[in-house]
Amino acid sequence: MTAYVLSGVSLPDGATTDLHVADGHLVDEAPSGAERVDCSGLLALPGLVDVHTHLREPGREDAETVASGARAAARGGFTAVLAMANTQPVTDTAEKAEHIHDLGLAAGVVDVQVIGAITKGLRGEELAELGLMHRSRAGVTMFSDDGMCVQDASLMRKALEWVRPFDGVIAQHSQEATLAGPGACCHEGELSGRLGLGGWPPVAESVIIARDVMLAEATGSRLHVCHITTAEGVEVVRWAKARGINVTAEVTPHHLLLGTEELVDYDTVYKVNPPLRTSEHIEALRAALADGTIDAVATDHAPHAPQDKDHAFVDARPGMLGLEQALSVVIETMVKPGRLDWAGVADRMSHTPARIARLAGHGRPLAVGEPANLVLVDPERMGTVDRDASASLSRNNPYHGRLLPDPVVATYLRGRETYRRA
Amino acid sequence: MKHLLSIADLSVDEIRSILDLAEEMHDVQSRPVKKLPALRGRTVVNLFFEDSTRTRSSFELAAKWLSADAINVSAKGSSVSKGESMRDTLLTLDAMGVDAIIMRHAGSGAVRQAAGWVRASMVNAGDGMHEHPTQALLDAHAIRRHLARHDLGDISGKRVAITGDLLHSRVVRSNVLLMAKLGASVVLVAPPTLLPPGVETWGVDVTHDFDSVLAEVDVAMMLRVQRERMQGGFFPSEREYIDGYGLTPRRLALLKDGACIAHPGPMNRGLEISSAAADAARSIILDQVSSGVAVRMSVLYHLLAGEDQS
Repeated sequence: MTAYVLSGVSLPDGATTDLHVADGHLVDEAPSGAERVDCSGLLALPGLVDVHTHLREPGREDAETVASGARAAARGGFTAVLAMANTQPVTDTAEKAEHIHDLGLAAGVVDVQVIGAITKGLRGEELAELGLMHRSRAGVTMFSDDGMCVQDASLMRKALEWVRPFDGVIAQHSQEATLAGPGACCHEGELSGRLGLGGWPPVAESVIIARDVMLAEATGSRLHVCHITTAEGVEVVRWAKARGINVTAEVTPHHLLLGTEELVDYDTVYKVNPPLRTSEHIEALRAALADGTIDAVATDHAPHAPQDKDHAFVDARPGMLGLEQALSVVIETMVKPGRLDWAGVADRMSHTPARIARLAGHGRPLAVGEPANLVLVDPERMGTVDRDASASLSRNNPYHGRLLPDPVVATYLRGRETYRRA
Repeated sequence: MKHLLSIADLSVDEIRSILDLAEEMHDVQSRPVKKLPALRGRTVVNLFFEDSTRTRSSFELAAKWLSADAINVSAKGSSVSKGESMRDTLLTLDAMGVDAIIMRHAGSGAVRQAAGWVRASMVNAGDGMHEHPTQALLDAHAIRRHLARHDLGDISGKRVAITGDLLHSRVVRSNVLLMAKLGASVVLVAPPTLLPPGVETWGVDVTHDFDSVLAEVDVAMMLRVQRERMQGGFFPSEREYIDGYGLTPRRLALLKDGACIAHPGPMNRGLEISSAAADAARSIILDQVSSGVAVRMSVLYHLLAGEDQS
């Protein structure tokens, strides 16, 4: 195994040091002859962990494969991603989970942890084989019907109860279907009224979060709120945490940066579910990420082929890319304005998401004896995003053409370089 | 003018030019021989992703009376379900070399998206809940003719009430924009459940009390209410809707002298509009239909007869 010394590198706590890497771990002293890598001016963060990624394989390998998504993740500084269950077929059995797990091992550049469906076929009717998926080689710990919200309160309660014995977590896409149905594609407000797009009201999110935190309290189980977007939803999570309820929440990079006004030309790249919100919600999300009410940044990386986007806005598939610019957006919206320091970035993008997903070996401190999962970052570098300069097979990149931080220099998975900037 | 996508894109001069030429086109309609040679050799496609009888036939007549070749393409049912993207449908027609594509689609913004993809001129014949610009132009034209017939002056300074399902209406958005540009004031009348979000920013008056505005308005424009909205819980019953928002015989009597009644059709007689109102002498509903052909002739002329055509 290769050995390195990453010399003169800054750590999230501000200290500057040499990191010695050997046999996939951080060690006291690399063997003599280890390659010295000059890292002056660079910062090392623990390898990023994304608890919300769509890899599209099996079923839509034209949009993304596990291998291409894994490469995109490595370019974004990630060492582990959680692959959402809404593939074709849906990941709702142990065999399907193991298949994706194996594809992840074959890809090799990030650890791919499989998310299982909560309900069979994401239909919201019957529980999927949650325990069998957990006990499979894939070791599923997180379950989600993402894209669909579990509407049935009784079924949601049973899912929470079922995963409690093995410390599983139910990750809910919070969207009350009668308040925000299939035609809801724009934040409900002045712009949706003017553009004539179906409104997606904030209350459709907050009522589900409110219901689910009460179910989490009643069952004593772990609830994770996917891609929270509203000030009201944040308030419910804040209240639930103060009450001691076992709930965590994630926010996406796009909801931290982009606002409803992007929809003004009906560009379907900006169609995403839940939708982009207005500035008061964006501000609430940033504040909640800063104070820890929102626990983690998760990308909701959602690759789509052109033929799935080249429709009328209401008919186009929702979702946008996120893996390669996630850290860029967090630096732009949180670090530069002084709302999150580097230790905070390490917490929200590595330590805490790894803990939510119960991922051993990820989200660990950069300390001797730990796995060498880390990303080298140039905190000052800026660049114009080019959607064609991507490892993803898809081009639905909402940041194309924007000047953003361009921080990722190299990514290491258990001491092996999985990406280095050319 | 390259496209007609939204009233918002039109200057006041362009609007006046369209309406003035429509007046001349209207005279052509009353001739025994209606053909003008203006668009000979031009090709116009009616591309309707959504059913329509009056708008499609109105555009078709307008094109034919200007001697353009017109074909109808029905693309009903979402292209999504057929497996062809909307973009491919548009690019296919455009590749045939047509000069204008008149498009209706259930998706708001679809015609603006299409304009970004094709070389042809795009005409918005109704996009979802967004806009229906030629409907607003023909409404204005019919109102202008009504005012002229009764020597009531210009549309500027007049008061227009628009009543009905405003939430789902593309007609209301185009009319609010157009009436503002023409100097008329608008009051929107609807129950709280059928008002668009953000309507307070539209620069119009809004009320839930239809009776309170009837005596002051010069135009009572009634919009269609789909009965299936009742199942959606937008109103409790037809009876209660009519009681609050129907143009009943009682309300008809509250209109001032010279006020006219408009409706873009198709009407639900007995729901948003009583037969007494629809058939009243002050109703301009059929004038709106004839204005439709004249206005669409004018629009096609403005888009296709210019010397800037490549």
